[in-house]
Amino acid sequence: MKLTSEEQNMLDGKRGRAAQKSMEILTTLGEIFDAECMVDVSSVQIAGVSYANLGEAGLEFLSEMADDGKVKVLTTLNPAGIDRENWQALGISAEFAKNQIRVIDAFAKMGIITTCSCTPYFIGNVPHFGQHIAWAESSAVCYANSVIGARTNREGGPSALASALTGKTPKYGYHLGENRHGQVSIKVNAQVKGTDGFGILGKTIGDRLIELGKNIPFITGIPSASVEELKSFCASIATYGGTALFHMEGITPEFDRYPRPTGNVSEINQEDLENARSELVDDCLEVDFVSIGCPHASINEIEKIANLLKGKKVRKEFWITTARPIKRIADEAGYSKIIEDAGAKFATDTCCVVAPIKGRFKGMLVDSAKACYYGRATNKFKVKIGTIEECIEEATK
Amino acid sequence: MKLKGRKIYKGIAGGEAIVTKDGISFYGGVDPDTGKVVEVGHELEGQSITGKILVFPTGKGSTVGSYTLYRMKKNNTAPAAIVNKQMDTIIAVGCIISEIPCVDKIDIGEIKRGQRIVVNGSEGTVEVK
Repeated sequence: MKLTSEEQNMLDGKRGRAAQKSMEILTTLGEIFDAECMVDVSSVQIAGVSYANLGEAGLEFLSEMADDGKVKVLTTLNPAGIDRENWQALGISAEFAKNQIRVIDAFAKMGIITTCSCTPYFIGNVPHFGQHIAWAESSAVCYANSVIGARTNREGGPSALASALTGKTPKYGYHLGENRHGQVSIKVNAQVKGTDGFGILGKTIGDRLIELGKNIPFITGIPSASVEELKSFCASIATYGGTALFHMEGITPEFDRYPRPTGNVSEINQEDLENARSELVDDCLEVDFVSIGCPHASINEIEKIANLLKGKKVRKEFWITTARPIKRIADEAGYSKIIEDAGAKFATDTCCVVAPIKGRFKGMLVDSAKACYYGRATNKFKVKIGTIEECIEEATK
Repeated sequence: MKLKGRKIYKGIAGGEAIVTKDGISFYGGVDPDTGKVVEVGHELEGQSITGKILVFPTGKGSTVGSYTLYRMKKNNTAPAAIVNKQMDTIIAVGCIISEIPCVDKIDIGEIKRGQRIVVNGSEGTVEVK
């Protein structure tokens, strides 16, 4: 790889040990993927925040990097295992909370903004079209590449941290226009609506892409989609298809920029979506946990939840997971009071996927296809997908 | 016999080869406390990789696997070196942060289980004794 003199200085250890280790990671990745050079990044989002995944050794690594590492660009974190202000009400142990706070403190020491969210684009960590960034959360990577038109590979925790501490990433993969072309046309012949509906579409297309062995779909047949619907779609297609970039005709900014895929068009019909929905509803399900906000809820979604909950009483464990700054807006707008008066709980900084709640509930109802996947795989719950309205109805039943 | 591959992380380590045709996911697939492979149905299920030269085609699974390798290094349960056919980012980053010698682009079919081999991460070579 061709390095600038400053990049070489970092690699040679002249800018401290953390910068050197970071440059070792980035140059090695660059060599593996045949990058010719580095590119400057304007924003970083780091995954690998939950203490449940990092353990003591991961924390030790972060602490070593924090000895002399300082971020070069705006950097935020993925959700953690706890709500820093409300962990007791969510039933998290004091020991876990203490360790999780040690992790967040190590990130803070490096100058990282310790807002923990999978929707950095809602909380001020937002690139513009065409900017190079290094993000790790798979749903946010897909959103940034596809909906915003920024450019990022799917980073891991350490490689994203390395980019934060150097301001660089190797220029390969989705950073290059030639690798962003649609590879297969997908035609949707069905009405799709709601966060649950778009999540189901994401699963259907994601599963189809795995079958076809393709990465980047060019999707037609979707006349409109809200930010929240696209957020849900991104999370789902990334979970089920490993997708980091899609084009959607008339909706995403790069849909007309590259040559369209040639070859057979793969069709998605109403029946395919119904089959996918039924795959996201387990048999013999007894719901004792309802969660909305995977990915983290927007202020629009929180307003909707508040309107639906007004004057009702929640009778099951019900979490609304969101970024802390969005919760602050909900506080100011009066939505939080309505929601909390009804007996629902905000779980900020965290979510139903990364909080240490394995086995605590029997059946989880969500509006997110991604949460269904991890609810089953990681937390051993039975799951069901439904609309936001169905979630509220079940929680207050 | 000396096999020539590509340098991933520097350092020299010798030891007994443990070889599998299956990919390895360090997150969830290997217990960092015991050094044993725990993935159900894996060719190496139940076997320890601690202190061995671990030879496998490529990494798979969650990116958290890089931290699992680091945990193994700190717990003294890590392999002495890693040899891959094709490197993936999880294994590469795991070896860099854990300072485990590592090479790829090696014809791993040439290496048999139990052989004494020496990995030279700086040169990108594997010597089979």
